[in-house]
Amino acid sequence: MIAEIGHYALVLALVLALVQAVVPMIGARIGDATLMNVAGATAGAQFAFVAASFAALTWCYVASDFSVINVYENSHSLMPLIYKFTSTWGNHEGSMLLWVLILALSGALVALFGTNLPATLRANVLGVQSWIAAAFILFVLGTSNPFLRLPQAPIEGRDLNPILQDLGLAVHPPLLYLGYVGFSISFAFAVAALIEGRIDAAWARWVRPWVLAAWMCLTVGIAMGSYWAYYELGWGGFWFWDPVENASLMPWIAGTALLHSAVVMEKRDALKVWTILLAVLTFSLSLLGTFLVRSGVLTSVHTFATDPTRGVFILLILVLFIGGGLTLFAWRAPLLKQGGIFAPISREGALVFNNLFLTTACLTVFVGTLYPLALEALTGEKISVGAPFFNLTFGPLFIPLMLAMPFGTLLAWKRGDLYGVAQRLIAAAAIAAVGIAVTFAATGGGPVLAPFGIGLGLWVIAGAITDLVERSGLFRQPSSVALRRAAGLPRSIWGTALAHSGIAILLIGIVAATAWGTEQIASVKPKETITLGDYQLTFDGALPRQGPNYRELVGRFTVRVGGNVIGVMEPSKRSFAARQTSTTEAALLTRGFGQIYLSLGDTSADGALAVRAYYKPLVLLIWLGAVAMFLGGALSLSDRRLRVGAPRPARKPALQPAE
Amino acid sequence: MTRKQRRLTLIGAGVGVLALAAALVLTALRDSIVFFNSPTEIAEKQIAPGTRVRLGGLVKPGSLERGEKLAVRFSVTDGNRDVRVAYTGLLPDLFREGQGVVAEGVIEPGGSFRADTVLAKHDERYMPKEVADALKKTGHWKEGEAAQAKAPGAPQGKAQ
Repeated sequence: MIAEIGHYALVLALVLALVQAVVPMIGARIGDATLMNVAGATAGAQFAFVAASFAALTWCYVASDFSVINVYENSHSLMPLIYKFTSTWGNHEGSMLLWVLILALSGALVALFGTNLPATLRANVLGVQSWIAAAFILFVLGTSNPFLRLPQAPIEGRDLNPILQDLGLAVHPPLLYLGYVGFSISFAFAVAALIEGRIDAAWARWVRPWVLAAWMCLTVGIAMGSYWAYYELGWGGFWFWDPVENASLMPWIAGTALLHSAVVMEKRDALKVWTILLAVLTFSLSLLGTFLVRSGVLTSVHTFATDPTRGVFILLILVLFIGGGLTLFAWRAPLLKQGGIFAPISREGALVFNNLFLTTACLTVFVGTLYPLALEALTGEKISVGAPFFNLTFGPLFIPLMLAMPFGTLLAWKRGDLYGVAQRLIAAAAIAAVGIAVTFAATGGGPVLAPFGIGLGLWVIAGAITDLVERSGLFRQPSSVALRRAAGLPRSIWGTALAHSGIAILLIGIVAATAWGTEQIASVKPKETITLGDYQLTFDGALPRQGPNYRELVGRFTVRVGGNVIGVMEPSKRSFAARQTSTTEAALLTRGFGQIYLSLGDTSADGALAVRAYYKPLVLLIWLGAVAMFLGGALSLSDRRLRVGAPRPARKPALQPAE
Repeated sequence: MTRKQRRLTLIGAGVGVLALAAALVLTALRDSIVFFNSPTEIAEKQIAPGTRVRLGGLVKPGSLERGEKLAVRFSVTDGNRDVRVAYTGLLPDLFREGQGVVAEGVIEPGGSFRADTVLAKHDERYMPKEVADALKKTGHWKEGEAAQAKAPGAPQGKAQ
């Protein structure tokens, strides 16, 4: 019964979405306030019904109702409750329902917080948002219905893919979807602006918080996925340039560019057409990511099932929204008035530089991801484009970006003084140079470029601090004055500094972990020791253990540094009976920001255990950097300027509400 | 600076960066892409030793030999031809005889294949797409496998 209620609620949500897609836009066209106001109510109701539908599916999972095909295929009665809960979206149908839920949530949030928007813009934005919602609800109902029943309920389910039986599943997909789907709001705003043919700085101010929030979620969503893959897949890598990862990276890069170009638009009323285009493209890349992952064109950990009709349906959605968005752009963009003028050396110029390099980097990822697919479709030749390609193309494009970053925040609007900025950055450059020299001396080996990578990271961090020092007047003013000024700085300034430091921290983590990590692959018998840099790992023995829905073989290792025990590590290999599969559970031991990583291989006939052991210095900085970016975004989002909202531009009398 | 000059500067910078990116992409594509081959294709194409390729097929039952220090040898077959693969390291969790596998590495002068990466299927219902296609081509695709491959999981267990 619950499943049928969920199904029915989703159908009702579709009807509401269709109403919301049509009525408010007609209202905006003919200037009827009553019709326009329909959007607010339907957005809330639509969210309520989708939430009810999602709750119904969750209930089926938690109660292990195996008469529902989706639950039967992806759950097991012995699974811990938390995994029963998360397996709701650990499959294709459920994850699409989660996507729709977040889409409905963002629509409801726009309706809730968008009360200060001009009525027509609000109506159009919610209308466009609802077109997307309708398309995806139709997709779920038509091709991926999670509420289908089996004629006879089996006693036991087929279990969730063991790889997904992890806390990562509770965090990674919802955050990633909040990011992906969050960009639908900026898309809706862009399309609404194109429909109205009018856009101004206020538009950028309304869109910015949404872009920022989506970007923050996407940042930690990707980082969480990376950390999950790192500890769960058992080979110690944090990024594989896998097409599925690229699918989430592309909207992130485009979203980062959008975030920065929207600043120019808000402050200086320039780059308007470009910002609109970026908003359309960012969401297009999110849709492309969904298509690549969900259609089965690529096979990966994320591909749950392939069904040609699904691929075609998502492709149709893709063509409709990307094609429609770009056509509308080509048709209406010439109507938008160009804004302020600026010199190439200025804050605007620096942000254009940022956009240029970010979009180009995004383009290279796009080429690397889609080229193999295109080649196979055209010639039948199968190739794989892996990490070397991306390191060669993406790397060189990110270096100038990071070199220029400290200059950007210090340059003045309209017309900047490059020489003056360079003088103020001398201290930062000195710190970077010392950092490079110290790293060289301390490591004495490893790749030659690695110390420069560390230097680049230090340069960006020092540059971000320089910006704060300059703005607060530290060293030039009495420190009490400087502190007061620092506290009075807009939070977005602090947010920028923190987020810029975040990307630098991430870079330092990547460089250190890849350049100075050590790896040992060995076959050990009890009492044997592996030496990993300064660490000695002694294998004490292996013992079997019984988990709720699996059996595992746990290897016990004592870790010593120069004879002192610093910890015990217990990597294991789990076998899941229901799916007859096994997973490797790596063991991690954190030392400062570095980690020792142990994962097990096969046991050979003579009782020796194959082990892979890594020491990865500073590896945690990779994900802490992403967290710093998130916090920077959060600080910026809490800025008074964004909370108070933009002043309303004078509206035409004809558009005044009727009452 | 006039609007026109500004636009020209912008376009110039844009074209410059794009040209740089195009150069990077073309060099990288020439040097770093890897072609996928079935054992039959490897035999027929006479690929020069030292070229990096991806090899996909089934692990031939009874062909797995374990040597000293985690060295393993196994044969990859597509039903017509076999290729002997040498690999040192940990095999992925789901590596099994008779199951699909993708190995990446170089062909050695003797015609054997030295792999540095081995990818196995990800759950019991999954067959790597490349392997499935290669098997279909040689006519060794069985209906049972097709049914299994309908619900793929993922290629996991990359071993390096």
